Amino acid sequence: MSGPSDFQPTNPALKWIERRLPIMGLMHSSFVAYPTPRNLNYWWTFGAILSMMLAVQIVTGVILAMHYTPHADLAFKSVELIVRDVNFGWLLRNMHAVGASMFFLAVYIHMFRGLYYGSYKEPREVLWILGVIIYLLMMATGFMGYVLPWGQMSFWGATVITNLFSAIPYVGDSIVTLLWGGYAVGNPTLNRFFSLHYLLPFVIAGVVVLHVWALHVSGQNNPDGVEPKTAKDTVPFTPHATIKDFFGVSCFLLLYAWFIFYMPNYLGEADNYIPANPAVTPPHIVPEWYYLPFYAILRSIPNKLAGVVAMFAAIVVLAFLPWLDTARTRSSKYRPLAKQFFWIFVVVCVLLGYLGAQPPEGIYVIAGRILTVMYFAYFLILLPLLSRIETPRPVPNSIADAVLAKSGKAASIAAAFLIAGGLLVGGAQTARAEDSHGVSPPANKWSFAGPVGTFDRGALQRGLKVYKEVCASCHGLSYIAFRNLADPGGPGYSVAQAAAFASEYKIKDGPNDAGDMFERPGRPADYFPSPFPNEQAARTANGGAAPPDLSLITKARSYKRGFPMFVFDVFTQYQEQGPDYVAAVLQGYQDKAPAGFTLPEGSYYNTYFPGHAIKMPKPLSDGQVTYDDGSPATVAQYSKDVTHFLMWTAEPHMEARKKLGLQVFVFLILLAGLLYFTKKKVWASSH
Amino acid sequence: MNPDASTIAAGAPIEVDLTPIAEGQDIKVFWRGKPIYISHRTKKQVEEAQKTPLKDLPDPQTDQQRTKPGHEQWLVVVGICTHLGCIPIAHEGSYNGFFCPCHGSVYDTSGRIRQGPAPTNLPVPPYAFLTDTKIQIG
Repeated sequence: MSGPSDFQPTNPALKWIERRLPIMGLMHSSFVAYPTPRNLNYWWTFGAILSMMLAVQIVTGVILAMHYTPHADLAFKSVELIVRDVNFGWLLRNMHAVGASMFFLAVYIHMFRGLYYGSYKEPREVLWILGVIIYLLMMATGFMGYVLPWGQMSFWGATVITNLFSAIPYVGDSIVTLLWGGYAVGNPTLNRFFSLHYLLPFVIAGVVVLHVWALHVSGQNNPDGVEPKTAKDTVPFTPHATIKDFFGVSCFLLLYAWFIFYMPNYLGEADNYIPANPAVTPPHIVPEWYYLPFYAILRSIPNKLAGVVAMFAAIVVLAFLPWLDTARTRSSKYRPLAKQFFWIFVVVCVLLGYLGAQPPEGIYVIAGRILTVMYFAYFLILLPLLSRIETPRPVPNSIADAVLAKSGKAASIAAAFLIAGGLLVGGAQTARAEDSHGVSPPANKWSFAGPVGTFDRGALQRGLKVYKEVCASCHGLSYIAFRNLADPGGPGYSVAQAAAFASEYKIKDGPNDAGDMFERPGRPADYFPSPFPNEQAARTANGGAAPPDLSLITKARSYKRGFPMFVFDVFTQYQEQGPDYVAAVLQGYQDKAPAGFTLPEGSYYNTYFPGHAIKMPKPLSDGQVTYDDGSPATVAQYSKDVTHFLMWTAEPHMEARKKLGLQVFVFLILLAGLLYFTKKKVWASSH
Repeated sequence: MNPDASTIAAGAPIEVDLTPIAEGQDIKVFWRGKPIYISHRTKKQVEEAQKTPLKDLPDPQTDQQRTKPGHEQWLVVVGICTHLGCIPIAHEGSYNGFFCPCHGSVYDTSGRIRQGPAPTNLPVPPYAFLTDTKIQIG
């Protein structure tokens, strides 16, 4: 796309094709001979990283769609079955879910880079606007994808976001009905979101082609913001940019793999492991972390319509950037004031993200308003003003001059990247459900914690016994089949033992030839039967509170870690909020509520339960279950064992996940090292 | 992309028997996928709601406009916060009406907005008294 290519294939067959469809010449001129400024830094590798992420999302998404059922009654279960039964389904799902976060992380860095180096300025306005369109499409795609697992956050996120459109005067309600396909968010909504979630990535891919086309017409911007003048200013795309991009991609993959294999749920919401329930709103509805800054802007404006307008304006204002910032110097490197304000703006965005995850009350609202004003002031007041009053430093005559004068800045860039990445990613953790009265549960030592953690077979077997003899009378375990007891990485029973275990259960089957339902002994393929036929029966039998299914309970429960713990958790891989909470609740019963606390009738006081009034009576007492292996028959031991078991039911492939993670890390580190030295060699003569 | 025929058919009117709801209690029924709160208000609550001066209300509506004559003790509202669609909790908040946990909107015993970001009162669905103890919603 940089003018007519001089590429001529030598093979006669290729020559024949090339004369009729010059596709090889196009590829050659776009990705081989294409002149790329020789002073590009690693921030420019995010274009390649984003292309890779789009490809990863499309490939994993297409395979996931082969196993997913877009129906309100089946979607949640089908996602769980993907994770549990599909070959490497857990890997596909983690790659896709974490991939969305990584895609946004990369796009934010890409956008901030464009902002800092003035990549939106003449002649790249259309390139920039195409980028804003891609970003908007990504937001729509990401939102609709988050709805598909049909958990509580999916459902209520969909409700809140679709209701934003009801703020539009006159046509708002009709638009919302069109989005819903009914009178409320429901099955038709899920179906159309699935359809659009499948469509939009290909629209994105189309706009990306335009984006790259526009890029190759105007040429890449560069850190010094001066256009290449002579051949000395550029290097051929291949091998120089190619190898550098490969190295950047391999480093990014390391970060990606960290989350896929070691912290797949860190960026998500515990509430989304609870199936969607239209009758119960979660206490705090928070969107995915990448929408939090805009959510904070929405909430800081007390008027509904104005809030919605401000939220969309915060994105749309980006498209007008080329005409808001009219300074002639492109790169902030040579703009002393713009540079400082840029970093203040980055901090404002990160803080807005933090506030978006906080409850909308008190100081958070005021801070949100101040930051919202600062966000808009940056674009609407500061940038136009700076273009007029700032005296930029002289820019170098040419890129070649700039390269020769360059001093090592790699360390500061790496540090900035780490901080920005850590803060952005860390914002997610603040989104955890907060309880106003709860006490943080004590941390336990779990054998499954950490990068090489494994389950303790003895604890799993004891936990299964506790579940069977105590919990099973009220709580189901409906995602676990008896065959799973013999799965690798599980409690370690043989296939015959699992079959024998299954045969002790009576399973309802039918209808038979006479049309009657009948009971038969369980088979390994059967699932643990639930104690109640439906939720209403469970509710009625238990004083109005239905005992939740326990299959996912250790992932569906959590507690707020708070700042700065959630930032450290990224590095320590702390993932055990759920198990710690479950074990604490089982041991947290007090015979008497403390003075001044009125316990509602039919409730029991529990130190760790949010609000303290739990409907479940104290389930465990010393000596209740007999252990065969001589472990102490105490409540503390029971609680830990059954929690251990429930961690396995929630994450049956955890051992495989961590084991594969280690192999992937060894491979990626070697790959990144080799690519780094190859890159050094390739670039040796160009620096 | 408008609702299909089966969705519309499923949204037909429903009848609700009011006899089991004691004074001071409320029930939640679903109509068109939306939760409908039916509250049997106490005399005190009705009086409070009727006496509220209209100038205190961001979306002025009298309690009489929101109930049926002769059945003032019954409040029937769509339990969907007019801000962003969460379900408010009954008997909560500083007006002892409804409180939305999502963004902190507070409604009074007549379902009228008093505090918070919600722009309008909780809507009253179309309904009629078939008998003194039975209503039809829709």
